[in-house]
Amino acid sequence: MRDSQVQDITVTLNGERREFAVPVRRNLVDFLRHDAGLTGSHVGCEAGICGACNVRVDGVVVRGCLMFAVQADGRVVDTIEGITASGEAEALQQAFVERNALQCGYCTPGMLMTGLELVNSGRMVSREEIREELSGNFCRCTGYHAIVDAIEHVVERGRK
Amino acid sequence: MTERTKVADEVATYTEGLMGKSVPRQTARRLATGRGRYLDDIDAGVPYHVAFYRSPYARARFTLGDLSAAQKMPGILRVVTGEQLSTVCAPWVTRLEMLPEHVSAPQHPLAISEVYWQGEPVVAVVAKTRAQAEDALDVLEIDWHDLEPVVDAAQALQPESPLAHPQLPSNLALQREIRRGDVEAALSKAACVVQHRFSFGRQTGVPLEARGVVARYDPRTEELVVYQSHQSPFQMQEIYAKQLSMPLSQVRVLCPDVGGAFGIKLHAYPDEMAAVAIAKLLAVPIKYQADRLESFVSDAHAREAVATAQLALDGQGRILGLSFDALFTFGAVSLYPRSSVGEALQVLEMCGMAYKVPALHGRVRGAFVNKVPSGAYRAVGQPLASAIIEQLLDNAAASLGMDRLEIRRKNYIVEADLAGDGDKRLRGLSLHQCLDTLKENIGYEQLRQRQEELRTLGVYRGIGLCTFIEQTGVGAGLYGRNGVPVAGKESVRLQLGASGQLTCYTSASESGQGAHTGLAQIIADGLGCPMDAIVVRSGDTQVDPTGGGSWASRGIALGGEAANRAARQLRANVLAIVSAWKSVDVADLEIDHGVVSLSDGEMICSLQQVARLAHYDSTQIPLADIPSLSIECSYSPFEKPYFMANGIQAAEIELDAETGQIRVLDFWVVEDCGTVINPLLVDEQIRGGVVQGIGAALFEHCIYSDTGQMSNASLADYLVPMASEMPDIHVAHVSTPEKETGIGAKGVGEAGTVGSIGAIWSAVNDALRPLEAAAENQPFTPDVILSAILRKLQAD
Repeated sequence: MRDSQVQDITVTLNGERREFAVPVRRNLVDFLRHDAGLTGSHVGCEAGICGACNVRVDGVVVRGCLMFAVQADGRVVDTIEGITASGEAEALQQAFVERNALQCGYCTPGMLMTGLELVNSGRMVSREEIREELSGNFCRCTGYHAIVDAIEHVVERGRK
Repeated sequence: MTERTKVADEVATYTEGLMGKSVPRQTARRLATGRGRYLDDIDAGVPYHVAFYRSPYARARFTLGDLSAAQKMPGILRVVTGEQLSTVCAPWVTRLEMLPEHVSAPQHPLAISEVYWQGEPVVAVVAKTRAQAEDALDVLEIDWHDLEPVVDAAQALQPESPLAHPQLPSNLALQREIRRGDVEAALSKAACVVQHRFSFGRQTGVPLEARGVVARYDPRTEELVVYQSHQSPFQMQEIYAKQLSMPLSQVRVLCPDVGGAFGIKLHAYPDEMAAVAIAKLLAVPIKYQADRLESFVSDAHAREAVATAQLALDGQGRILGLSFDALFTFGAVSLYPRSSVGEALQVLEMCGMAYKVPALHGRVRGAFVNKVPSGAYRAVGQPLASAIIEQLLDNAAASLGMDRLEIRRKNYIVEADLAGDGDKRLRGLSLHQCLDTLKENIGYEQLRQRQEELRTLGVYRGIGLCTFIEQTGVGAGLYGRNGVPVAGKESVRLQLGASGQLTCYTSASESGQGAHTGLAQIIADGLGCPMDAIVVRSGDTQVDPTGGGSWASRGIALGGEAANRAARQLRANVLAIVSAWKSVDVADLEIDHGVVSLSDGEMICSLQQVARLAHYDSTQIPLADIPSLSIECSYSPFEKPYFMANGIQAAEIELDAETGQIRVLDFWVVEDCGTVINPLLVDEQIRGGVVQGIGAALFEHCIYSDTGQMSNASLADYLVPMASEMPDIHVAHVSTPEKETGIGAKGVGEAGTVGSIGAIWSAVNDALRPLEAAAENQPFTPDVILSAILRKLQAD
């Protein structure tokens, strides 16, 4: 399979309908980073373990490394850039900054994607349940405690 | 009185203001909104991409066959061999002048005719995309003749063992001993002698962003620009200049946002050297971004060692003698330029150092084997030193029927032991205070009681305790004296620009620790201005003042002190200018919130006005030499080699004796890093470090086959700690300011890791004690735990 084999796709990317010609073997996160210029999603393991590439497809958080770009054809894709611009992630981002729930920041966009899905679900969650929800996102810097605090803070505020 | 101590005395008056406040990091918002710019986000023209064919063998000879098929694949610019690169890049050899017996083999960017570890880069393919480069790796023709590897350290030291590398005189890479008093007599006569065997599994750092470089060589100006995900840009500038035979001034190294490092990005790796050399050879921009699979077989490995240790005590639990013998498993060569010996030497120096040990015999050895080279990883050997002595003290407490905290307290060194010619490094520790604080914070008695009650119900909980001491802010004695060109100082250049903006260029680079925020707090207090007037930048050898970078917990301890001194000098210069301009005595002037005022509160001007005056309108200042508004300061410890931090950690775990599974229930740290500049950031350094240590103790392991292949080289198989397995971590502080500096801060970046590995050893063996079993092999997987229990049952 060669990069010369390309396919046209149409994606609603961060709210905007856009057309691309992408190599058929390119995965979603490489497409977002290198074709669409959205470098906020990161590549950590390319094996679906670390969650650094988490993005939202049709409203559901998926691994950007476990999906081909062509599979996004006709679908709605949201990245960290999109949820930042829309303000959807603002409360969570603010909590992450204030609580220092990030250090190197490499896992953070993926972590926010997962955290936002939890916050948006409106579920009443304990710290243990937050930790369970985050179990597919690897952070090497923080030890997770501050991340759990930040998400818990936003969840509790939503409850009030 | 030396000039340095004068500064320290004067500066001690500045303790208010921003220092000590939990200020969030300035860059955190950028990173949290997806605007981080990491190595792979660097756009330096249209680069070519490199992929490496890596050796599938631990030890083999090879002949390159026909490479033309690969050369003809779509998008391929060039297939590059080791011999071709040897025309532009000289081989390098790791040497330490103070340790001449440490002999390592020459290293090349790409292997030439032989390989010495699985994963060693052999051939580089340069293509328009990384995917195209990887396609071509499949059609390279290489004839392999595999040779017998040596993968076990003990075997490597047998006389009949094959050599890990033919240019070595021996596989014995290191042998050092330390001896004090008569430890044999202590061991033979003591009322109580305990021992333990330790096996520490091989690990690696797994920064989430893998290593990488973007390199561009301009043949017109003969300039090389390298972007690199690295902790020490000045070190790499020196290395590229030397290996590529270029003047230092023609090489510029820049570090963008670094996505985790932990010591792994502190070394010079063959693949990165190759990528930069290819950029020079072909004169095209080159990008090399490692993927996760190749990271596991090329990033520095660490910590693999076996040790036996014995402790002799009198009937009251006073230590009489300590003996330990550790054998480290290095890789095929000693990592460049800092070498692979650091971990072993740290164990030798630090094991038992927090205690009164009248007689001591320690020996450490290291063996070259055909594995990935080993080197610095967060806390460098110190976790092993702590784990060994703390486990021995637990065993002694059990043997003597003593309380485990009390046996520690009884043996801690005290200031009186250090009087006169005593060890300066150990002055100003707070071992007793930390222990007392921990005892209270964890509710020690209740914890013990609950543990006892649960044991009667067949529930095995363990309480782990680990005192630690930690070298932070390591100075120029470590590398400079060894002839290794790595700066032991940290530097800042603080500039007051014409707009009134303060820019602090610093060598104290970071990868999220928050040192830059700490520097801004220190400068704001030292100068008398708000924090938002200050921008801190690092990671560019062309504009930053020279210094070490981020390693050995130095950003605040050393960089912070340099910033403190620069801020005070800048303040003095600003006041001298205003004094001359307004004909006011300097002693009557103050600076607060960026405004210069008279002592009675009358405002004179803003810092911005002073800056505009000095930069644009200086004829108004009646001085022949106008004091500079750009101040450069460096700092390196002077009276001692490093600043010793200390603390104690506790873990509560539950061990399932049926399945061998361990759950960490709770974790506490009491830590003394001197003055705490920013509690929010300090606590998160500790928590992150703790979890890295828990991961090491319970999960992480580079598993090798008998033929030298790493068999779990993926993130699916190399287990790292995830949120659901980790506990909340309670952090408390005792603060004993460092006397040598004005700000009084010690480092804190490694504290969590230094103690947490030992705390888990202690907890696991505490849980196993009623079963009369002992765990000796880290990581403590269910298999290891069940084997320990089974061994006891079989012995019965």
